[in-house]
Amino acid sequence: MNKSTEQESKQEEQQANVASSKASNTKVVKKLLLIVFGMFGFGFALVPLYDVFCDITGLNGKTNDVAVTYTADGVDTSRTVTVQFITRTAKGIPWQFEPVINEIEVHPGEVKFVKFYAKNESTRDIVGQAVPSVSPGIAAEYFQKIECFCFTQQPLKASEDVEMGLQFYVDLELPPEVTTLTLSYTLYDITGSADSSS
Amino acid sequence: MTTDVLNDQDSHESEHHDDSHDHGKMTGIKRWLYTTNHKDIGTLYLWFSFIMLLIGGALAMVIRAELFQPGLQIVEPDFFNQLTTVHGLIMVFGAIMPGFVGFANWMLPMMIGAPDMALPRMNNWSFWILPFAFAILLSSFFMESGAPNFGWTFYAPLSTTYSNGSTAFFVFAVHIMGISSIMGAINIVVTIMNMRAPGMTYMKMPLFVWTFFITAYLLIAVMPVLAGVVTMLLTDTYFGTSFFDAAGGGDPVMFQHIFWFFGHPEVYIMILPAFGIVSTTIPAFSRKKLFGYSSMVYATASIALLSFIVWAHHMFTTGMPLFGELFFMYCTMLIAVPTGVKVFNWVATMLRGSLTFETPMLFSIAFVILFTIGGFSGLMLALTPVDFQYHDTYFVVAHFHYVLVTGSLFSMYAGAYYWMPKWTGHMYNKTLASWHFWCSLISVNLLCFPMHFLGLAGMPRRIPDYALQFADFNKWVSIGGFAFGLSQLIFLAVVIKCIKGGEKAPAKPWDGAEGLEWTVASPAPYHTFTTPPKID
Repeated sequence: MNKSTEQESKQEEQQANVASSKASNTKVVKKLLLIVFGMFGFGFALVPLYDVFCDITGLNGKTNDVAVTYTADGVDTSRTVTVQFITRTAKGIPWQFEPVINEIEVHPGEVKFVKFYAKNESTRDIVGQAVPSVSPGIAAEYFQKIECFCFTQQPLKASEDVEMGLQFYVDLELPPEVTTLTLSYTLYDITGSADSSS
Repeated sequence: MTTDVLNDQDSHESEHHDDSHDHGKMTGIKRWLYTTNHKDIGTLYLWFSFIMLLIGGALAMVIRAELFQPGLQIVEPDFFNQLTTVHGLIMVFGAIMPGFVGFANWMLPMMIGAPDMALPRMNNWSFWILPFAFAILLSSFFMESGAPNFGWTFYAPLSTTYSNGSTAFFVFAVHIMGISSIMGAINIVVTIMNMRAPGMTYMKMPLFVWTFFITAYLLIAVMPVLAGVVTMLLTDTYFGTSFFDAAGGGDPVMFQHIFWFFGHPEVYIMILPAFGIVSTTIPAFSRKKLFGYSSMVYATASIALLSFIVWAHHMFTTGMPLFGELFFMYCTMLIAVPTGVKVFNWVATMLRGSLTFETPMLFSIAFVILFTIGGFSGLMLALTPVDFQYHDTYFVVAHFHYVLVTGSLFSMYAGAYYWMPKWTGHMYNKTLASWHFWCSLISVNLLCFPMHFLGLAGMPRRIPDYALQFADFNKWVSIGGFAFGLSQLIFLAVVIKCIKGGEKAPAKPWDGAEGLEWTVASPAPYHTFTTPPKID
């Protein structure tokens, strides 16, 4: 075999390599782009996953955000749990916001009704939204709200005040080591993003 | 033209060089704007990274000038916050990451015997969108609202509800940086998978190639998450969504989870390539093969995998349950094992080697020692109970400056001095290089070591003023900071001198060096390995 044909065959081989490597480049790029878009989606999927994770583990002290119906099987009078109420207002909302009573003793399974007082101390109309959180976080899923002002937005005209109700019970299955629950409400000004219907 | 037939750039196999097909260089600005040549793009990346280092360094100098003594002297607290934020963003996304991509562009094709990167046109894109990203970010300094002032970690609600109006600029800049990094990473993966010379199996690749391979995968996995989280930030701030707003049912702590899910792999993105560089330089100047090559590969891979399950160690003080704290603490400490494997391998490589101490070796040894100090302070931070004391103090600042400055940056200096003869065709000025090393080494320790004590004593980070008892240490830190910043100008001088002239470098200036890049002439011809070399 002379030298020139040897070189030619070598060249052909290389051109074939180039063509096949281009095809496989596209294949790899496609796969990698799939990972990229998948991970971009995963970032957003973390948002619901985070809530699911907190729900299952009871972390984060999140309570139910829609009303539940009373399902407890009687009242366990042998146990008494102290439920404390605390409130705070987020930065920028000029409301007075406090519980009417600071704490209450309940038996698991017993339905209680308490009130919270709010007053718009400013000269403009404001829509507020209270966000609840229970501590210890592990007890959050046993704290059931039958009716709560936190389920809806709370519009108050300038200098208007209101008493807002909360009806709740504590599940019978509340872990025995929990003797005190703290329910904390943070009140936010959501006037800018409030539903126009409210 | 060298006698080496492999580099015959006029050979007719130039079809190899994709469809860009340029037979020579264009001249002037067009050469750089239109280039698809991996060496040109590598050079662009490296210069860009160095310019960003100087800009970020200048911001740091203002920070240190303000902290030179207690009280407010030079800048207002809000502007101080802008300085710390942009300093962090510039250094992470502008200096360290593009710097390593520059090394990858220059060296990867030569190390695996490929004529160029697999996707040269995309390579051009991924560089040229970067200057725009940083122009957007830096332009916010000149606007009424000012630059981002919420820390480089941009925690919500600081960056949403309490933003000074710079959030949109920040978000779009990060989007562009992210796209650039993703394109660069895809290019690296495709190049390594498809362009290796015949006979170069995965386990024959230089460790440098391995670390970039794994880093590129990390980038592909987490940069999209960063893009997602900044997008949520954008819609929260401007479009009324409530991802991180408790008033609308969101959760600000969730921001930290998503951010650090990106953020922790990100810190390994910034250090794994450094491991690759020193794993190249230390064997060269020890005149021995790298000790434990395959254990190095596996250690790199396991660090990368573990990096996905440790993110919450940045969040111990957010009120995590005890189980979570223990889980993230133990996982974090587990990373010390593969990292320890690496450090011991480097030491074992040097053991009984015939060592010489050229500048790249000096930077590499400094890397091993100082990075290990940074690793140990990281271990201290990993311990949940003590982290409650160290959290957000100067101890954290000391920790990540040890791993990023004396770690990542020093490794890049080691790599730059090591390959500069190959890049420019000249030896660097050894006296100036020694000055650069010793000035940097002394000043960086004066800069960063006292920060440990400040942090342990309780000085918080990101604060323009401090209690009087911290005054002495802060003065030292500031002096170290100015000295370190100025020392980097010596490097600029070295590089310019080296490009302009100097002692001619042979194809292989280091007698212990190994690798295909030393089989081509110095300076490396514009096109190399148009015919792939044979690897046995």
